[in-house]
Amino acid sequence: MSLMSTPLFAAAAAETFQPASWLFDNVWIVPALPALSFALILLFGKNFAKHVHILGIAAVATGLLFSTVTAFAWITQYEDEQSHHGPAEEDHSEEEGAGGFVTIANADEEGDGHAEEESDGHDDSGGEIAARGCNVEENNHGRFGPEAASQFIGEDEYALTDASEIAATAEEGEEGGGGEHIKPAAVVNCLDWFETGSFGSDIGASGDEAAQGGRTLKFSIGTIADGQSIMMLFVVTFISLLVHVFSTEYVKGDRRYVHYYAFLSLFTASMLFMVLSATTLQLIVGWELVGVCSFALIGHWWEDQDNSNAALKAFLTNRVGDIGLLIGMIVLFFGAGQTFDIMTINHAAVTGGLSQTTMTVASLCLLTAVMSKSGQFILHTWLPDAMAGPTPVSALIHAATMVVAGIYMVGRLYPVFWNGLMIPGSSFNILAFVGALTVVGGGALAFVQRDIKKVLAYSTVSQLGYMVLALGVGAWTAAMFHLFTHAFFKACLFLGAGALSHACHHSFDMKDEMGGLRKKMPITYATFLIGTFALAGLFPFAGFWSKDEILVGTGGFPGTDANGTYTLLLIMGLIGAAMTAGYMTRAIWLIFFGEYRGHDHPHDPPRAMSWSLIILAVFATFAGFLNIPADWFGPIGERYGLKFEQWFEPGGGDVFPVISHGDSNLLLAILATLAAVGSAYVVWTYYQRLYAKNPAATEYSDGIRTKNSFASAGYTLLENKYYLDHLYTGIITGFTKGPLARAAYWVNQNVIDEVIDTAGRTATSAGRFVYKFIDQGTIDGAVNLSGNSSSDAGQVLRRLQSGSIRQYASLMFGAATVLAAVFIVAV
Amino acid sequence: MLLNQYLLLAAALFCIGVYGVLTRKNGVMVLMSIELILNAVNINMVAFGVHNAEAGAASVGGAVFALFIIAVAAAEVGVGLAIVLLIYRNRRSINVADASLMKG
Repeated sequence: MSLMSTPLFAAAAAETFQPASWLFDNVWIVPALPALSFALILLFGKNFAKHVHILGIAAVATGLLFSTVTAFAWITQYEDEQSHHGPAEEDHSEEEGAGGFVTIANADEEGDGHAEEESDGHDDSGGEIAARGCNVEENNHGRFGPEAASQFIGEDEYALTDASEIAATAEEGEEGGGGEHIKPAAVVNCLDWFETGSFGSDIGASGDEAAQGGRTLKFSIGTIADGQSIMMLFVVTFISLLVHVFSTEYVKGDRRYVHYYAFLSLFTASMLFMVLSATTLQLIVGWELVGVCSFALIGHWWEDQDNSNAALKAFLTNRVGDIGLLIGMIVLFFGAGQTFDIMTINHAAVTGGLSQTTMTVASLCLLTAVMSKSGQFILHTWLPDAMAGPTPVSALIHAATMVVAGIYMVGRLYPVFWNGLMIPGSSFNILAFVGALTVVGGGALAFVQRDIKKVLAYSTVSQLGYMVLALGVGAWTAAMFHLFTHAFFKACLFLGAGALSHACHHSFDMKDEMGGLRKKMPITYATFLIGTFALAGLFPFAGFWSKDEILVGTGGFPGTDANGTYTLLLIMGLIGAAMTAGYMTRAIWLIFFGEYRGHDHPHDPPRAMSWSLIILAVFATFAGFLNIPADWFGPIGERYGLKFEQWFEPGGGDVFPVISHGDSNLLLAILATLAAVGSAYVVWTYYQRLYAKNPAATEYSDGIRTKNSFASAGYTLLENKYYLDHLYTGIITGFTKGPLARAAYWVNQNVIDEVIDTAGRTATSAGRFVYKFIDQGTIDGAVNLSGNSSSDAGQVLRRLQSGSIRQYASLMFGAATVLAAVFIVAV
Repeated sequence: MLLNQYLLLAAALFCIGVYGVLTRKNGVMVLMSIELILNAVNINMVAFGVHNAEAGAASVGGAVFALFIIAVAAAEVGVGLAIVLLIYRNRRSINVADASLMKG
């Protein structure tokens, strides 16, 4: 299963085939549907305000249908390809020859499933597929787009060197791994968005282009259909549909029902748009759209000052990271030869077209973006506050849209991070460390929350930490798989929290308003419990498989043989696993056990809500089986194991690094489970004992923190969220507002203003001098003089005009005579 | 051919014309004097034209110029007589000394 750890810049070896279907070329329909529904709701929503959800649900349901069919087509094509191709090497090349060496860029829209066959001398390149981005087609037609320009110089050499390398490495892979899979290549479709003149035109320009009279910079917009985006399409539309359905009950009768559904649609549309983006520019647009929608939805009940502040905080914190995103993308743009095209950037990153420094700088900048968008330490503070929004929105934000955008972006530009942070063969890097820190830090914060949604929010922070950790240690598939499973169980938990609050006075306080709800709300209890099991990573629920895979992927455990040996991060991951089980046990106990402490008659939610919960619980249970380790369960594992990895991991080609997958380890799985169960047990007994004394009390004076000063100090630290908010608002903002602003004011008044004042005064006196002497004296004098002299001359000359014709005539003849005399004398 | 006879004739005519323009008060007479001046010029033109032709430069330029001048003179007289007529209608007089409204 594991390849040898690969050196940097190695050309990827895995063979690829070109999947072809009308569906892959037209995935743009999926984001278009909710976008359409957004427009329709916006325009006509007022007319049928009570039934506006039908439009949203119809659009997202159609989108879900489309993405499910697409996912099935993708999987089917993959499986077909595996069965067609025997393991023998000769067989491969023959098939590839017949199947066509295809470029994936169907620049024209009507590319109807059959990617164009390119027969321009690549046929002997041994299974190489030119997995490039936009504008490849145009290049072949001689209209050079700058995006691909640098890369297409001397492409033939590429092909030749690639061919030999591929032959060599492919054999190695066959021998070492025992059965490489033929991966599907990405299907890229592009449209030209706009064109401008290029700047710095000598970068990557070839002689041909100069001859054609300069280059233009082409901005493309397009879709990438590959495993990653197709998986995301399914997840986003699925979660979004359930959230739409759930919301019909949850926000029933809300004063901005239409507004709510409009933004729900736009939120889904923007996330899908971002997921499908083929260029980094498009990705940024999607990224910002997602941010705007989250702003609008978090502040849905903006009449409350807190909610409006939370929305602002979410938006502004994200702006901090957005700067990193912009800078990172700009660095990549210039680094990869003036291209926004993701596939070209990835290709450059894999084949060495980007320098190490460029990639490091770019990945560090992009890391900032991930930290803000995906709630990583230390920019996670907006995420718990974002709970101010309606609960279904929280579910959507945390499960499918918004926060996973950062994870998705890293996964999309993975070669840049892979080489930029030198992930393989290492034991530490900043990306993984940020993730691990978030796992532990977020988990600890979840222990001290009274608000069920805040527990879940910090749990999301912690789980996103796992994903970033996985990406940081090179376990791309584990990260995406965790994203996939996490979407289901976190949505399940959030919607469960929504159901609870629906039943308990619209409150989320676990200590004051809940307790003993097990009997009163059995459906909510069952689904919430399943979600918790999945989140805590108990066998056989979804979270178990994905978390186990991440822990394996760190390579820290002996015998797992992954990309590096991230032992420290493995330990932090295990601590995180224990914490997850602990705080979720606490939440379960406080909500469902003990005695009811509220003053209402809670009951299970209406049908639309409970069915959403049940569906999500089913997925939370079974989603993990998509990627069971191949060496467990004997033949079943071999036949059905690691399907997620096979289906959705990008094909090697030369746009994705060669990743080695850790070998699953039973001992590690048992260790992680023990950590979780142990921590759950401790928490459980603690609360059992605590509440045995007085089941109805909401506060205890003899809890652990009143007895132990260390625990108390820890509690205070956590209660204040590591003082990060103080750091931001008190120290950074306070410093900016206070001393810094005063200093700036002083400088402004005394230095800048002084300079300006002096300049002003000088200018005034200079002006006065000019006015007095030059303007009034010289210029006006000249003007007046000319006027006066003309006037005087007129006074004198008017006497000449007597009105007597004979006088005129005599003057004329006299003058003529004089003239004639002059002529005669002179000539 | 001797040129000077024609030139003397033309000079005489010109002087008579100038005298007439300067001394006559009757507008029509002034116009007639102008005609004299113009015809003096015409004589010069034609004379020089013939003179040049004899000198070997084959040219009808002088004669053509004379024709042009005659045509322009006709037009000028038309305009002049119209002005005189209007002055007469307004003032019942064609004395040019009376028409001094443009005095500065």
